[in-house]
Amino acid sequence: MTSQTTLDLLLLAFWVIVLLSLLTVLGEILRARLPHGQTNPVVETFLIRVHSWWAMVILLALAVLSGRVGILMLFAFASFAALREFLTYATKRRADHLSLALGAFVILPLQYVFVGLGWTALHSVFIPVYAFLLLPVVSALRGDPKRFLVRVAEMQWGLMICVFCISHVPALLTVDMAEGSDRSVLLIVFLVMVVQVGDLADYYAGRSFGRRKIAPGLSPKTVVGAATGIAAAALVGAALAWITPFGIIGAAAMAALAASAGMAGSLVFAAIKRDKGVKDWSHLIPGQGGFLDQLDSVIFAAPVFYHVMLLIWG
Amino acid sequence: MIPKTPQRSLTRRLAARVVGHALVFTARFITAVRADWQGVDPVARQRVYFANHVSNADMPMIWACLPAHIRRRTRPVAAADYWLKTPLRAFIGPEVFNCVLVDRNREGRTEDPMAAILAALDEGSSLILFPEGNRNMGDAPLLPFRSGLHTIGRARPDVDLVPAWVANLNEIMPKGEVIPLPLICTVTFGAPVRVEEGENRGNFLARAAAALLALKPDDPDPET
Repeated sequence: MTSQTTLDLLLLAFWVIVLLSLLTVLGEILRARLPHGQTNPVVETFLIRVHSWWAMVILLALAVLSGRVGILMLFAFASFAALREFLTYATKRRADHLSLALGAFVILPLQYVFVGLGWTALHSVFIPVYAFLLLPVVSALRGDPKRFLVRVAEMQWGLMICVFCISHVPALLTVDMAEGSDRSVLLIVFLVMVVQVGDLADYYAGRSFGRRKIAPGLSPKTVVGAATGIAAAALVGAALAWITPFGIIGAAAMAALAASAGMAGSLVFAAIKRDKGVKDWSHLIPGQGGFLDQLDSVIFAAPVFYHVMLLIWG
Repeated sequence: MIPKTPQRSLTRRLAARVVGHALVFTARFITAVRADWQGVDPVARQRVYFANHVSNADMPMIWACLPAHIRRRTRPVAAADYWLKTPLRAFIGPEVFNCVLVDRNREGRTEDPMAAILAALDEGSSLILFPEGNRNMGDAPLLPFRSGLHTIGRARPDVDLVPAWVANLNEIMPKGEVIPLPLICTVTFGAPVRVEEGENRGNFLARAAAALLALKPDDPDPET
């Protein structure tokens, strides 16, 4: 990594740490102002979330600073954890055992190997074409027709969402950029930050001011919340334009695009959770539910961001 | 009498600890196993955890999700014929999991399984027990309980009998499959049951089975 890229990353990490420290202090002050022995659930939830953000920021910073392999490992693990949650609630029968095991232990690692090697032509068709055709055959060979289409469709959906889409985050590393190829790592930071900011602004604005629901009966998301989220993401994107090749307007537009795709992702996942009757996918991230609850917006944003970027700046 | 804890070399004990940690790590990696303490708290009381049994991975899963300080004092009750079959199993079962081995073979056994179980309790250990006796391969959620749980409850009334439902394991590792699927596994611990004064065996076993079954999570898709 050139020293300029490393410096930029450290500078970003510094500002994020300052921000998180402020949030932590804010939470602790709110907690300390309560009478002795009392707790406020809103403050407690807020602090648990801040602690989870600390863990995520530290992990992402370590991965990004350690280079390509670290980033690939981090997102491969995120894929694995997300797939573990998705498959827990997916429709499956004993006949799918081998195909599901292949999906988790062969197709997932291979996808990240292809991404790491920069074989763009292969990693963009491997799951949508080859896994799509192969895994139903493996299931069919066990000869159990009951609910076959539902089973293979949910299996393919899980792989697309948890492996194919998430692998587009580290795939940003392989994008060649004019001003020195190693600056592509900053795009990952850009994408993750604008999507997270969009989510947060949507959550808090939607809670405070939002009335009209986007999809009543499905998700508490409101029109005001979503608009605030997209605007906040665009603002932060513009402020981060210096780490991207997009220019200020381009960065704001890309951030707004990523945030909109992210909100669409949360909405789709709300529908899936309603259908499966689950509130959170798991309890692995304190205060936020599971990996899928945390990643749902990044999952939808990553491929869109990746392809639009290739189209315009590639 | 089975000797209390046979003195083993330091290397073997260290190896057992290392393998134990590796097994806990593997169980967490593949299943993110989580303990849901609904009816009791995870405290170091002497208990007999009794659980449903669908897979050979049940016992390691309960063992892995217990907090470390409780795990060290908890011994699974397991079949001697299974765990003594090969030298590797004889290392993992008795040394890593510190199993209480019992002879399932009614004919020709020299030792009463209940004597070994009560001896382990008298040493202060907690136990993990599968009262169905065998792995459940059928569609019924539970097989009829063997009488052991009732005998323990009457002989040692101070020990809590805690039901523990292991969810999803029949999908993670069905019989005949070699590779475990990565799915989330939850172990739900319920409120302890006791043998009431003068309660007969059938009545108590039915009550214990009902307490265990009540912890089973709803199936999201009953058609499969």
